Amino acid sequence: MISPFDPARRYRLSPEVALRPEPFGALAYHFGNRRLCFLKVPELVEVVRGLGAYSSAGDAVSGLPGQDRAACLRALASLAAAGVIVPDGAGSAGQP
Amino acid sequence: MTPAGRAPAAGPATGRIPPLVEQFKGGLAAPICLTWEWTYACNLSCVHCLSSSGRRDPLELSTAEIMAVVDELAAMQVFYVNVGGGEPTVRPDFWELLDYTVAHRVGVKFSTNGLRIDRPGARRLAGMGYVDVQISLDGANQEVNDAIRGPGSFDMALRAMHNLAEAGFGEFKISVVLTRHNVSQLDDFAALADRLGAILRITRLRPSGRGADVWDRLHPTAEQQREVYSWLLERGERVLTGDSFFHLNALGATPLPGLNLCGAGRVVCLIDPVGDVYACPFAIHEAFLAGNVRSPGGFGGVWRDSPLFTRLRMPAAGGACNSCPAFGACQGGCMAAKFFTGLPLDGPDPECVRGHGLASRPPAGRPKPPRPGKDHSHRGRPVALGMPSRRIPAKLCDSSPLAADR
Repeated sequence: MISPFDPARRYRLSPEVALRPEPFGALAYHFGNRRLCFLKVPELVEVVRGLGAYSSAGDAVSGLPGQDRAACLRALASLAAAGVIVPDGAGSAGQP
Repeated sequence: MTPAGRAPAAGPATGRIPPLVEQFKGGLAAPICLTWEWTYACNLSCVHCLSSSGRRDPLELSTAEIMAVVDELAAMQVFYVNVGGGEPTVRPDFWELLDYTVAHRVGVKFSTNGLRIDRPGARRLAGMGYVDVQISLDGANQEVNDAIRGPGSFDMALRAMHNLAEAGFGEFKISVVLTRHNVSQLDDFAALADRLGAILRITRLRPSGRGADVWDRLHPTAEQQREVYSWLLERGERVLTGDSFFHLNALGATPLPGLNLCGAGRVVCLIDPVGDVYACPFAIHEAFLAGNVRSPGGFGGVWRDSPLFTRLRMPAAGGACNSCPAFGACQGGCMAAKFFTGLPLDGPDPECVRGHGLASRPPAGRPKPPRPGKDHSHRGRPVALGMPSRRIPAKLCDSSPLAADR
């Protein structure tokens, strides 16, 4: 049901997900599937919150240092698999 | 549910991030696993009741007070609560509170003995999003269950389960406290859950509440603990545990799935029916009382600032366990289990799989372990009428929580 993560696509935080700031980063709760996820570093939280403003997930992490970039993309892939972030449909492109 | 443990953690793996379990030790902005008991009233008198429930407390939170706490939890982004009791459904405002909580985007998973889950009740629940139901059952047959939970409780629970299944509720939970008498029934419980489209949840028997009186003769034997550990490793994927068996991790190299940590005051807490906030649902004693939701700072103030919770979030020394190579795996076990069996909190769990717990236990009755802090058990004098178990209630409401409401 969930298409594989594609860094070339635009993503955004799922409207069914709430982020709760925590000392380590944030806790993400999906109201649809009732699952909790943990965003373990503040940088990742920033990236996730800002995702919709970039034309692709790859773009959204381009400001990070090289080694963090790959790690962040892996984290985004797992968040996509959990439904925390979703591909932005063509119709809503440009909406944060 | 085991929210913390089963949840995937996402983050760049650059090596500078401590494991989540270490980060949790410092406490979260709000609990993830909040148990909230809505009443001490209960139609049953289970011998191991961890809150010594039975009679309603006259100081229980009112409808408006509960709603005010819900508002606060919603603002703190507590995404769901585990509602229990007592038997929460005996509150006359139960359905109203359920609707209110869910409407404020605070999900409810409630534990029940099945009393109110008749056909209309089951249909109503099936129609609500964001509600989860957990039916308590402590034996896979009537004989084993009713010896713990009382006559008629097996039939009542099964009827509720069938009603939920028939109403198309989906995956409700069957919640089993493991005892010496039901460990051998694990496969039967799993089969029952499969048959009803339910999920099995097994948790550890704690010496809390009335459980303190029966723990010695009901807690699983060392042999049975090994059985439980192997069974969970084999079947654990489909079984919830409330992360309550982490003390068993010292048995092998493979840790059980879940958050292997005492979450008391860090990710877990309890609000009791009169609004008292305790570090965990198994620790109703003033030593673990952090405050009350009726105080000016409300629940949030207690969670954030209580001296007790602040202390629980500080790095703990391993005490007598420091020299044990398994400490990393079991973390010293359950705080409440140690406390109510008279063991030091920084020492081994009474069910330490290496046998250190019982070895360090004071000789029977000397000094006496602390007693649970509150007792709402049904009162009544045993009478000798050739029926040794018959009791005469002092007042009607002592035996029937329903009578208290009228």
